[in-house]
Amino acid sequence: MQKLLNWIDQRFPLTSSYKAHLSEYYAPKNFNFWYFFGSLALLVLVIQIVTGIFLTMHYKPDAALAFASVEYIMRDVEYGWLIRYIHSTGASAFFVVVYLHMFRGLIYGSYRKPRELIWIFGVLIYLVLMGEAFFGYLLPWGQMSYWGAQVIVNLFATVPFIGEDLSLWIRGDYVVSDATLSRFFAFHVIAFPLVLLGLVVAHLVALHEVGSNNPDGIEIKEKKGPDGHYLDGIPFHPYYTVKDILGVVVFLIAFTAVVFFAPEMGGYFLEYNNFIPADPFKTPEHIAPVWYFTPYYAILRAVPPMFGSQFPGVAAMGVAVLIFFLLPWLDKSPVKSIRYRGPKFKIALTLFVISFIGLGILGILPSTPLYTWIARVLSVIYFAFFFLMPWYTRTDTYKPVPERVTDK
Amino acid sequence: MKSLIFLILALPTMALAAGPSVPLDKAPVNVDDHESLQRGARVFVNYCLNCHSASYMRYNRMEDIGLSEVQIKENLMFAADKPGELMKVAMRTADAKEWFGAAPPDLTVITRSRGANWTYTYLRGFYRDDSRPTGWNNTVFDKVGMPHVLQDLQGHMAPVMRMEKSADGKEHQVIDHLTLVKPGKLTQAEYDALVGDLVNYLAWMGEPAQSQRKNIGLAVLLFLGVFYVVAYYLKRSFWKDIH
Repeated sequence: MQKLLNWIDQRFPLTSSYKAHLSEYYAPKNFNFWYFFGSLALLVLVIQIVTGIFLTMHYKPDAALAFASVEYIMRDVEYGWLIRYIHSTGASAFFVVVYLHMFRGLIYGSYRKPRELIWIFGVLIYLVLMGEAFFGYLLPWGQMSYWGAQVIVNLFATVPFIGEDLSLWIRGDYVVSDATLSRFFAFHVIAFPLVLLGLVVAHLVALHEVGSNNPDGIEIKEKKGPDGHYLDGIPFHPYYTVKDILGVVVFLIAFTAVVFFAPEMGGYFLEYNNFIPADPFKTPEHIAPVWYFTPYYAILRAVPPMFGSQFPGVAAMGVAVLIFFLLPWLDKSPVKSIRYRGPKFKIALTLFVISFIGLGILGILPSTPLYTWIARVLSVIYFAFFFLMPWYTRTDTYKPVPERVTDK
Repeated sequence: MKSLIFLILALPTMALAAGPSVPLDKAPVNVDDHESLQRGARVFVNYCLNCHSASYMRYNRMEDIGLSEVQIKENLMFAADKPGELMKVAMRTADAKEWFGAAPPDLTVITRSRGANWTYTYLRGFYRDDSRPTGWNNTVFDKVGMPHVLQDLQGHMAPVMRMEKSADGKEHQVIDHLTLVKPGKLTQAEYDALVGDLVNYLAWMGEPAQSQRKNIGLAVLLFLGVFYVVAYYLKRSFWKDIH
């Protein structure tokens, strides 16, 4: 066995990689609940890829066959219903864990120097994930798939000058059609997953280069013991592998509870209208995107048309997503973690969370004049969190940061 | 195309302006009640499957609700030769459009989108309306194209109206309830039971694997519960010297 290992190690960095990334990769010992979601996102990615491969074996990316092929999977393919429910629940679970993972970054300042690139790769992953989810949502070819895609592609039509051509180029037709379905299938099963995997590798390589942040927001690399090991660091394997197994089990309990007992999740994970085949001549009464897009959809609807164009709303929606890139440079605070920040940041973050969840709820509901005004207020709060950050993080009060990580 | 996005942004408001929808009656759905499902299947193939297809559903899937292949072949297959065939319908879409104004929708997953309560209320909501080409209208589906196929069983219903004030203060005539004006072969209770079986069948047909899904789910959760205990003590023993 050792001989084989030596043989490999002379040709491939197996043992050294294992040491560098697992058994001798030192992570802070004070990770808490919030640190489960990174590994869980990786787990969901694997789940989606594996179930996706099996769905691709039976799915037909053809406007005349797509809807029936999904029902074929649900009925005639052995455990096809299970594979499909895992995949559809996995899509929502992906956004749940990614949103929680991003929130962890916000509260402990994980995006701050020297982790700016980890954050940027992370935001890119989030963007690609949105595209991946959007393309995948068209594939069942139900009414919501069809009209959701119609609405979102039309958003691009509002871009001044090039908009019409741009949306035509994306669709490959004047309306969402078989041509659109075929290309969305190609994007969903190969183009975007490839990019996603590449970005995940980059995210992890960058993380392992600088090391993990922790709930205290201090650098464990600055405190070494006489043996040369970090005083507050523990090897990722076995400590965090066994801890993550625990996190995985808890996650799977929640995940499988949805898969087996509420796969539609009250119409939020699988929408009721999507059990009706796509009909280009019948617009549904109420078109709403899936829940993970609704905060941005609410921002889109909250911005009134200007100069007869819907573009300002579309632009606001785009900025609302892209602004996450700037976070490392907007935050001027001397400390990273919320534990040592002052009241201004805590209030700002609380308002931001309220606005994000509030917008998410409003994006699901039909718009009324009252809701539109609430959405406007929440949108202003959403943007104020970012645009005012240089001011409130600079003028905030701070508590002294401890030398060593604390055990809370 | 640009106008479409305006239309879509305005649509939710328009939908809301249509006012409150009719309250739905609770459908007696129990997909583990095989006798009810078998009765429902009989009604389905006799009354629904002439115009509506269930083209993602195979006849022999009804073996899941306790029927044998011979029973299916002899009692429930009128338009197919082999039990493995899909429940297609002979009527052409173009003809259907001409006769009813719209092609009858496929019923395989209709209760998954509409909900069992809606279907249950709908099938008991037909009433006489001479202004309609078919002579029938429906409480939950105004100006429905479908005639009352089960009229010889239910009989004829007529609406009893009442006045209702809407939010803008105007008085409207709304249907309070339906009353029997010409009896059918069944009593009202018998008819409700028959529709209940039919809706139960439709709910089952929407997802034939649903009982299996819940059974497997229990086993999976039980396994994960045990696994949690193991994982918990594993973590604790590894972490005992980390302070």
